[in-house]
Amino acid sequence: MDAGETVLLLGESGSGKSTLLSLICGTMLSDTGRVNIAGQDLATLSSSARDRFRAEQIGVIFQQFNLLPFGTVVDNILLPLRFAPERRKRAGDARATAATLCTALGLPAEILAHRANTLSVGQQQRVAVARALIGQPPLIIADEPTSALDADSQAAFLDLLFQQTAANEASLLMVSHDPRLAERFDRVVRMEDIARIDRAAA
Amino acid sequence: MILRLAIASLFARALTVGMTILAIALSVALFLGVEKVRTGAKESFADTISGTDLIVGARSGSVQLLLYSVFRIGNATNNVSWESYQDIAARPDVEWIVPISLGDSHRQFRVMGTTRAFFDHYKYRQGRSLETADGVIMDDLFDTVIGADVAATLGYSVGDPIVVAHGLASFSEHKNQPFRISGILAKTGTPVDRTVIVSVEAIEAIHVDWRSGAQIPGQVTPVDVIRQMDLTPKAITAALVGVESPLQTFALQRAINEYRQEPLLAVLPGVALQELWGIVGIAETALLAVSAMVVVTALIGMMATIFSSLNERRREMAIFRAMGARPTTILGLLVLEAMLMAALGALLGLALLYAGLSVAQPMIDSAFGLWLPVTAPSLQELWVILVVVGAGAIVSMVPALRAYRMSLADGMMVRS
Repeated sequence: MDAGETVLLLGESGSGKSTLLSLICGTMLSDTGRVNIAGQDLATLSSSARDRFRAEQIGVIFQQFNLLPFGTVVDNILLPLRFAPERRKRAGDARATAATLCTALGLPAEILAHRANTLSVGQQQRVAVARALIGQPPLIIADEPTSALDADSQAAFLDLLFQQTAANEASLLMVSHDPRLAERFDRVVRMEDIARIDRAAA
Repeated sequence: MILRLAIASLFARALTVGMTILAIALSVALFLGVEKVRTGAKESFADTISGTDLIVGARSGSVQLLLYSVFRIGNATNNVSWESYQDIAARPDVEWIVPISLGDSHRQFRVMGTTRAFFDHYKYRQGRSLETADGVIMDDLFDTVIGADVAATLGYSVGDPIVVAHGLASFSEHKNQPFRISGILAKTGTPVDRTVIVSVEAIEAIHVDWRSGAQIPGQVTPVDVIRQMDLTPKAITAALVGVESPLQTFALQRAINEYRQEPLLAVLPGVALQELWGIVGIAETALLAVSAMVVVTALIGMMATIFSSLNERRREMAIFRAMGARPTTILGLLVLEAMLMAALGALLGLALLYAGLSVAQPMIDSAFGLWLPVTAPSLQELWVILVVVGAGAIVSMVPALRAYRMSLADGMMVRS
């Protein structure tokens, strides 16, 4: 992936998408092959260095249940900065940055003090985007972030996601099983292609 | 922020967390309560007699002598003859001596014959003297002074007549020589509260018509005649002794123990109390151990609560991991949570104890004669709280380590 590139990873459930994401995020190591993120071979790092690397370099958006339900919105947005001092520095005044991000994502400013479990699913997903973007990590990983949303919200959500990743000059790797999203991305990778290459190589 | 999130997470599970904290609080309150009663009982034991250097009685055991002479528990096996008493009283190293004559009772309370010197020399709770709450110290031969509990239980007031029964729990009464209550003593928290005090001469007087424990049939000596008689006692039960100088205590004790004319025993009240406490101490330690086990049970309950919460909190841990938290952070979070619960529980327990103590204090005092002072938490109590928090941390390591392994395996994806 190039910097700023948007890639869609297409695959049916059970095709190994989640495992691939775990490999990229460094919570899993592969027995063979190499995973290079931002020029860094993850296998050469210790497990705690990989945790730190993930905190600094990658913003993660899940399918759903993205937020700590008992935390406030601002607590949730600032959470990754707690584990990433570099990112914290880049974020500047973290609370102000969080507020700016929320506004940019179309969330009302007073929502910051609300508890995460009082928000609608759509709002929660947008808070998750704000959390992934804060401190400008170079790579955003989104694991089926729209599957819990209805069609209209999906489009609006994707617009915001693209717009904000572009504004942050981050690369976006999104995982989905929905081929209709393909046209919006710079590049589409299909799990079955990777799997075929794998099998051919073996 | 991690601390705040941990607290918010606890609040989100308020019900189970609250129950756990309540269990810890009750167990800590129980433990500290037992400890309070223990030290309170020990102090009130030691406070029963002070200022007396030696207790003298017939030769028996030192604990037995202490029990019957001071605590009015059990009976003397033998008496001390009046001659021996006078011999001891005449020694130059004896500053004062007070005779005690026991054996009769009034209802469930014991009657003690003594002299006016008893009121001057008997001291309790670091040197406090007996005082009358009502009336005066006895003046007449058939006057009596009663303890606060006697008056309260039987509803007596100054001027009331009372009849003394022969022996303990006996039906034969000294009906012909009724006493008049001249004074009621203020509450002391000692066995004096449960004692009817008369003069040694009065004890002699009510036994004029008695020989070897039985009333002489048909013989009733009129009170006027008794008053004219020589009522010097022939024997007493025990005596409290004060020495001129503390240095002479041991010499006097040896002299009395080696007294040739009669087998006598002299004990130091402090030493005998220690001995008695050594016996009671086993039960006391057992009680403390049981309440400590209750604290351990509450902590294990907390461990179970954390264990059962792990599954539903996998998502939460996955989020932490995705944000870059190390598995050790997850472990730390759970231990921190357990310490918060233990600390809250222990502090709540302390608060419960003091609330309960301030409510129950007067009741415990009147029911058991045990005064438990409500003072600021002692250093020892703070240590107990620290130990509970520490033990909570240790106990929580078990579920925390499991969470650690779970979050290592799960990473940021929860496979369910």
